[in-house]
Amino acid sequence: MNKQIEKAYEERPRNTVYQITVSVIVLALILWSGSAVDFSGSGLGGLKIAGNILNGILHPDRKLLFNLTVQGVPYLLLETVCIAFLGTIVGAFLAIPLSFLSASNLMPAPIAYLSRLVIMAVRTIPAFVYGLMFIRVSGPGAFTGLLTMSVCSIGMVSKMYIEAIEDLDTRILESLDACGCNTFQKIRYGILPQLIPNFASTVIYRFDINLRDATVLGLVGAGGIGAPLIFAMNAYRWNEAGAILVGLVVLVLIVEYISTKIRVKLARG
Amino acid sequence: MSLYDKIFPPRKIVLSSGKTVFRPASRLPLIALILVFLTVLSVKITGFDMRVLLERGNQFFVILGMMVPPAFSYSSQVWKPLFDTIKMSLLGTVVGAVLVIPFAMAASTNIIKSPAVVSIMRLFLSIVRTLPTLVTALIATYVFGLGTLAGTTAIAVFTFAYMGKILYEEIETADMGAFEAMEAIGATKVRAFVSAIIPQVLPSYISNGLFCFEGNVRYAAILGYVGAGGLGLILNEKLGWREYPSVGMILIMLFVAVFLIESVSRYCRRKLV
Repeated sequence: MNKQIEKAYEERPRNTVYQITVSVIVLALILWSGSAVDFSGSGLGGLKIAGNILNGILHPDRKLLFNLTVQGVPYLLLETVCIAFLGTIVGAFLAIPLSFLSASNLMPAPIAYLSRLVIMAVRTIPAFVYGLMFIRVSGPGAFTGLLTMSVCSIGMVSKMYIEAIEDLDTRILESLDACGCNTFQKIRYGILPQLIPNFASTVIYRFDINLRDATVLGLVGAGGIGAPLIFAMNAYRWNEAGAILVGLVVLVLIVEYISTKIRVKLARG
Repeated sequence: MSLYDKIFPPRKIVLSSGKTVFRPASRLPLIALILVFLTVLSVKITGFDMRVLLERGNQFFVILGMMVPPAFSYSSQVWKPLFDTIKMSLLGTVVGAVLVIPFAMAASTNIIKSPAVVSIMRLFLSIVRTLPTLVTALIATYVFGLGTLAGTTAIAVFTFAYMGKILYEEIETADMGAFEAMEAIGATKVRAFVSAIIPQVLPSYISNGLFCFEGNVRYAAILGYVGAGGLGLILNEKLGWREYPSVGMILIMLFVAVFLIESVSRYCRRKLV
């Protein structure tokens, strides 16, 4: 018995060459990437600043945190939520035609490939470039933030939509056909029940991400909590930055909790 | 029976066999009401205006139009920042993904039995996850000075948070038989984890790491905006000077780089899983 085990162990499949090649490539890549890092900028000053930041975050500006006017944290958070909410919805609608065009089980391969390239190009342009483009349309403010956020959402949302569409169970449509359903009934009872939970789950997930990424909009003055946060940090007013950060973290945690609950419910039906 | 069912009682249907079944009332009106309310509130607060969009929508394409044709002569100056961005995201992803392993281990209910440790670890991971990457990058530039080190740190923190959640969920679904067997014959927790859990988790861990790396290359391009090195630095500069053909060139090169990285990584991920 033991001999057999030992023999089987000796004859285990070995691909040492393959493993060594992969390890060498990975190690070389990591070493190569290390060359970009320069440690010259850091020093004792950095540690002191880190202490100040931590101190500011632990002692947030209470006046700002509970200020109920337009400058206060609660209103800014509400504005951010609204931007993220509407931005996600607009983006989710924009993604629907794109994802149907790129689903390889519905469209001929060239069209699917082309629209996938379009989606990738849309994803690649960084958020603040979109922000600058939209400022020409609607001027600085929350509206611009909303438009930017919706375009930035398209990439990920359509990618998940495509997966849902490609996973469609076509046998259900065939059985509906056999029952004599017309096209509208097939869509209503065959396709929508399969897609809507997936789509809704994706959109809720993206809303989470958008809420977190809303600070990026502050860079171009597109409304929300980003601009005050970055101004406070650039001016070294760490107590203010701390107050805004605390508000943001608590809000994101609450939203994440609720959205996870909803998504679990959607997944289990 | 939930509260909603008590207010709107389910419809009673008598089947031809004499059996009665209940059809619960549709939740759609409630969901629609909430969505409409939130949409109206959001439209009010953000000042969403379809008219503005229709009238001035073409302005969106003005900058895009100015990027064509891109300044091909500028491409020689893009290579270094582009490679800086890729290096930043690669190193950041590796550091973050490796550092998170012990934390993810401590946040898995099947490895650590004490609920207090697990919930503290999870809260910690959640809080790190809520920090916007841009804010981490900005803080890092204050601590480490302007440059790629700050960007690498920000990406490492982001990867840490993202991989942490996925990894502990993955560990929790692993088959515990081998782990328990190893513990029973006297292996320590760490030893049993290395030999019994890691081989199960490794393929999806590497796959998620590669996926995270793909996203990080895109993210790293933004970080330059706050001075954290890489492509964003020159992108911001060229945008500031309104040299849109150069911006177009940068974006095209970023697109090609991201496309190549995604193709390679998708190939690797397909082989892994």
